[in-house]
Amino acid sequence: MLDATPKAQTPLVQVRGLKMYFPIYSGLLRRHTGDVKAVDGISFDIMAGETLGLVGESGCGKSTVGRALLRLYEITGGKVVINGIDVASLGPEDLRRARPQMQMVFQDPQASLNPRMSLADIIGEPLDEHTDWDKPKKLARIYELMDAVGLNRRFANRFPHEFSGGQRQRIGIARALALNPRFIVCDEPIAALDVSIQAQVVNLLEDLQEKFGLTYLFISHDLSMVRHIADRVAVMYLGRIAELSPRDALYARPLHPYAEALLSAVPEPDPTLAQSRQRIILQGDVPSPANPPQGCNFCTRCPRAFEMCRQVEPELLQVEPGRFVACHLFPDTKAAGSTGGTEAKEHKQQGVSQ
Amino acid sequence: MADGAAPVLDVQGLNTVFRTRGGEVHAVNSVSFHLNSGELLGVVGESGSGKSVTMMSLIGLLPSPPADVRAGTVMLGNRDLLKISADELRDVRGAKIGFVFQDPMTSLNPVFTVGNQIMEPLIRHMGMTKKQAAVRAAELLSLVGIPDAAARLKSYPHQFSGGMRQRVMIAIALACDPDVLIADEPTTALDVTIQAQILELIKDLRQKLGMAIVWITHDLGVIAGIADRVMVMYGGQVVEQAPVRELFANPQHPYTRALLKTIPSLTGAREARLSVIEGQPPILAGAPTSCPFHARCAHVNNRCRTENPQRRAIDGRPLGRGHDVACHWTPGDTHA
Repeated sequence: MLDATPKAQTPLVQVRGLKMYFPIYSGLLRRHTGDVKAVDGISFDIMAGETLGLVGESGCGKSTVGRALLRLYEITGGKVVINGIDVASLGPEDLRRARPQMQMVFQDPQASLNPRMSLADIIGEPLDEHTDWDKPKKLARIYELMDAVGLNRRFANRFPHEFSGGQRQRIGIARALALNPRFIVCDEPIAALDVSIQAQVVNLLEDLQEKFGLTYLFISHDLSMVRHIADRVAVMYLGRIAELSPRDALYARPLHPYAEALLSAVPEPDPTLAQSRQRIILQGDVPSPANPPQGCNFCTRCPRAFEMCRQVEPELLQVEPGRFVACHLFPDTKAAGSTGGTEAKEHKQQGVSQ
Repeated sequence: MADGAAPVLDVQGLNTVFRTRGGEVHAVNSVSFHLNSGELLGVVGESGSGKSVTMMSLIGLLPSPPADVRAGTVMLGNRDLLKISADELRDVRGAKIGFVFQDPMTSLNPVFTVGNQIMEPLIRHMGMTKKQAAVRAAELLSLVGIPDAAARLKSYPHQFSGGMRQRVMIAIALACDPDVLIADEPTTALDVTIQAQILELIKDLRQKLGMAIVWITHDLGVIAGIADRVMVMYGGQVVEQAPVRELFANPQHPYTRALLKTIPSLTGAREARLSVIEGQPPILAGAPTSCPFHARCAHVNNRCRTENPQRRAIDGRPLGRGHDVACHWTPGDTHA
């Protein structure tokens, strides 16, 4: 396809059939009585230098995906290959050695910075853990990082509470960059910030990506911001990917009914447009991931659901070049040509009902 | 909106100061606005811009100390809410003015049933018996779109989802048929598809009940969809006020203009780079002596640093009735 730019060729991150279940224990004997299926068999690739947007409503499992990729959880099943290493099966010592190449920027800059550590200590902590550099060398690196994220070097000995939300997020980004990672999971990095500050942080993330050749998984519920930053976008619903498409194609013409409803629900800052636009109002709430519906997990709210949706779980299939959709409305057209570097059959979701 | 009709709510020159150990924080500075009957006034601003504090000051919800509502009049009908006693004010809250808060998780009491909490204002303000109140509470729940209302009255807040809880909050606020509903970021904690449901509900309720609404939000997209008139706040002051279409089509204040530009569009052209408002919001220590936006403004001049601009009408209509802005600069003006 035309938008297959040179940077988007080799997958840096390959996720296959990732499952993350959280067990439920109940009763007097605390017996294992079920699972919250936060992530239920999802597969995708992230190309080197690409930003993959991961969107969905709260509770859909998008943050869990981000954490599972970096093995902050012990995953239930599946493979996560980052830069040729299967992170999911590494032993503790090997995992520790693999950590520098994958980092995370957290949502809440307040809670993710230790209030008792100075800014230099926070940014330098990864260096303490993973390098044997002497003090001057570390300090030089800390200053370099502070310059890169636009923090004044004079702030090095200050503490997190002395900074505003936007500045704190810069500290978190500097810490994530300390070890020259290749892959960064940004978990709602702008959700806690004011509108006028959000743009500053997003621009910074884009500059850093260009400068250091970073690959991002950008997790967010802000669909307009994802449209701005992401190259491709995955829409999650209840632990599964509903649609994975190139950005422009998704926003111009969403294929999955959930993606369509989600996009139509975003309020546009334009009064004239707001009146003329047809909104799809979804009825009801998201079902519990501890007890997902039979068949397609969206069938309880889908305006276009039919009999088959309630019985058979749809697989994520390539329905148009580069566009993957898990929906029975789209007939199986695997032969539509392959781009994006992946085979359609590798994107099949692993059904739990089998 | 008839210009001649008396407004339901008329606020003039409201000042609220917080006394802290670090000195006085002037959170609200001479804020004036009015609300016509049946109108939806959107109040936009970032955190710390004073939008919530303004509304809480009106109905005495701020603890004093540290808060101190120093000056101004808040006319609801022919009563000044800042002059009446605490008892009278309690009768106003809930009965005349309903309030919906941002976080439906923490604003409902977890140990009482939802029915109990909807019935409380009915019994307190309307003098209903428990039986009457229960019937009315069930009506209210179905009004806000909760199915099987009579049975759900016996549920506790944790048995409802976020969107449903916000519907319960709206039911409580509407219980006594208030003249004014103040909604403080009511959809901010909700997902977009649930937000869309609540916005539809509000539009629907406005048609049925015709109350006047003040809708506080930081989301210009939400405002564009529901408001009749918009007031933009920054640094504890009203910086611009206009009918909604006028504001989006012809923003005057540099802050409003910059704010509209920083939001990436969902449908329009995708910009290579987001435009940014550099710097941080001001710290509101001491009485204002300069424009609160001067440190971040692209059109700043010396006057902005020494003189806090007054609101001025730009379309010849009385202040607050048309389009007004608090800024020394006029678009097209180059400040030679």
